[in-house]
This record gives sequence, C-alpha cells and structure tokens, in this order.
Amino acid sequence: MHKGSKKILLLSAMAVMTVLVISCKCNRESEQMLQVSGEQGAADSALVSSIESVKQIFYSLPSPLETAMILKRSGATYNEELLNPIENASKYNTTKSMALNLGIYSTDLSYASLFDQTQATIKYMTVSKKMAEGLGILNAIDNSVIEKLEENINNRDVILETISETFLNTNSILEEDDRVAVGSIILVGGWIEGLYIATSLVEDINKVDNEMVDRIIDQKLSLQTVLKLLEQSNSNADVRELYSDMLELEKVYNDVKITVSDVKVIQDGKTKVATLKSKNVTTLSPEAFKRLKTKVIELRKKYTA
Amino acid sequence: MVRMRSSIYILVSAVVLFLALPSSSNAQCKNFAKKICRLELSPYVHDGNYNAAILTEGEDAELFKTFYAGQQYRISVCGSETLSKIEFIVMDVDRKVLYTNAKNNFATSWDFKVENTQQLIILVKVPVTSGKNEELKSGCVAIMFGLKTD
Repeated sequence: MHKGSKKILLLSAMAVMTVLVISCKCNRESEQMLQVSGEQGAADSALVSSIESVKQIFYSLPSPLETAMILKRSGATYNEELLNPIENASKYNTTKSMALNLGIYSTDLSYASLFDQTQATIKYMTVSKKMAEGLGILNAIDNSVIEKLEENINNRDVILETISETFLNTNSILEEDDRVAVGSIILVGGWIEGLYIATSLVEDINKVDNEMVDRIIDQKLSLQTVLKLLEQSNSNADVRELYSDMLELEKVYNDVKITVSDVKVIQDGKTKVATLKSKNVTTLSPEAFKRLKTKVIELRKKYTA
Repeated sequence: MVRMRSSIYILVSAVVLFLALPSSSNAQCKNFAKKICRLELSPYVHDGNYNAAILTEGEDAELFKTFYAGQQYRISVCGSETLSKIEFIVMDVDRKVLYTNAKNNFATSWDFKVENTQQLIILVKVPVTSGKNEELKSGCVAIMFGLKTD
C-alpha cells in the first residue's frame, strides 16, 4: 500500500514537473512568436530567420539618466516649473499611475541632478522612493540612498552613480520578480517626461536652430523601441492602454521623417573611441512640431493627473 | 500515514524547488550584473538599465537601442565565469556589421559615439566550447551601457 502510494506520488510529481516544463517552453515560444511578428516590417527573410533563433530580445529605451544627459547636451536650461510637483504623489494609487510617475519622477530627479540642483534631487529621490514602495519594490531605494545624496551634495559623480544604482536596483528587482510589464511602464513614463521637458523648452522651431529640435525628432526612433517593448507585455491591461496612447503619438510622429544611410566606423587609434559616421536626413515642419507638442502635453497631463 | 505525509512533503518540495530555480538564477544574474559587470563600465556612468539573461552555449541574444548624437557610450558585455568567451557584434538596422569583438581579442567593452542619432543592434553569442560528451554550460550574460559625463 505504502509502496503503491509512493509510486503514485512519484509519478504525479513527474507529471506535474513535465506539465510545468512544457508550459514554460510554450510560454517562451509564444513570446518568440510575438517578437518575430513584431518584425514584419523587415522584408529580409534571412533577418527573420536569424531573429527566430535568438533566445532573448531586449528593447532598450533611454533610461531617465540618459534622457537627462541628452537634454543637457542639447542645450536645455533648468526649469523646475516643468517638473511634476511632488505633492501630486498622493494621487497615485494604482500600479499604472505609480509606475508611470516613478518613471516621470526619475527623469525629473536626473534632470535636477545634472543641473546640480541638489535639494530638488533629494526631494525627487524621496518621492521616487515612495512610488517604488507603493509598487512593492521595497529594497530599490532605501534610506541610505537619501543619506548618501545628502552627504555628497557637492559631488556630482557620486550623485550620478547613486541614481544609476537605484535605477538598476528597480529594474533588476522587477525582472527578478517577473514584473517586466511594470518595468516597461516605468521606462515609458520616464521617456515621456524627457520628451515633455524637451518640447516645452522649444517655443518655435523657426526661431531656433538648436540640437534640442534634432533630439525631439530623434525620439521617433526611440518610439519604435517603446512600441516593441510594450508589445512584449501585451497581456497586461495597463500596458495595452499605454500602447494605444503610444500608437496615437506614432501617428503624430509619422509627419517627422528620418533616414539614416551609409553608416561607417572611424576608429581613433589615439583615444580608442570609434565614431559612427552616417548620412541622416530629417524633416519636421512647424505645424508638425505644434501637433507633436500638443500630443505630448496631453499625454503627460493624463499620466500626472 | 506518516510515510504518506512525508511523500506529500517530497512532492511539494520538488514542485517548490522547481518553481524557485529560475528565480534563484535571476537573483544570481542580478548580483553578477551589479557587482561585476557594472564595474567594467567605469569611468563611464551606467545608464541604470538592466539587460541580462541566462544563456546556454550556442544561444544568442539581441538588443535594440537608439544611440544619440553627442553622447559617448561604452558597451560592456560580460558573462559569468562558467562561460568562457562571449562574442558581441554591433550592427546597423540593415544588419551590416560595424564592430565585432571577435576581431579584437574578445574585448569585453567598446567605446564609441555616433555622429547622427541612430538605432543599432547588439548581437551577443555564446560560443559552444564544451566537448561532444560534455553538458552544455549556462551562465549569466549582461549587456550594459555606460554614459560619458562631462
């Protein structure tokens, strides 16, 4: 009797394990199918077959830190009025609103830190911590992070390293907890905030010949990554809503043209830094910019409301 | 009855162990990326993004990213000790190869800037080095980006 029931249990265990293995494999296959179907624009069949053999595909968006660096390098000025007020934090009670605003506040804190606005950096790190805790990412930003920022108010390198580490903590914890969808929403929130700050800093594209306009145009390329990233989690209702917003943004970006060709690598033997040279042609009419700016303001207002 | 109960414990433990395995691997990968790979980006500042996965010999991963004009980047690709060499290839969107570390003694990083903003693809390959009768090795592979500050 005992031997019999042991055998049955052993067989049951094996059956359960087999089902689990098969279900895991199927999930991965369906993910790959989704990724492959996302590449429909590519006519090259060799490309498609190459992607099919790839185990994992990452779509990497500019992080809040990179977004803030791009803003600064493009000649942005610091304007605290553009940031999402920290008082708004109490309004964010859903996973979607907390994730979006964790991204938004993360970009705000990166932007403030690059302009040496230490008090604002600490304020925005504190509110980011609140959002992260609301999302259950308890160890991503602890009190020691705030203390480290306070102790290094005059050391930008330490501040940037600290911010970078908190982003890595947040992203890796979410990945570990199998909450990739939440991680994607955070990234999209941060990206939209960067676009909002950039477009807000440009009043009239005819009056400026600056890099900021070029970087706003360039976001058309990152928008493609945003869409692919969200497609990977399209079983999540919050992601589907966000995806639909991004499709609306894509319609506006369709008026922006970018072509990149003849990419060549020039290696500098002295600095060991390579430069990728290419021919880029971009167009953005004042009317298209106005429509884009209006859409970005509308989305940002919706996310911070 | 006692034996029956212990058998149930075995069954439950086996299932729990099975479910916990991927999570434990992910945790190891997270620590590896944070404690080892991130350091290789210095003096560049890590952008904060986490792109890491457990790969087995013979498997590939691809990463799509837009790189911005004016910003200098360091790509760092590192694999855990169990994997010997990791190959990484940087391609444009037409999959034209721009850089491969295989021609550079399997360097683990590459510094570059783009004159104009463009999307690039980073293809990471884990070559098979195990013998025919050996089990294929698996390990964590992380693709990380560093940003040059002023």
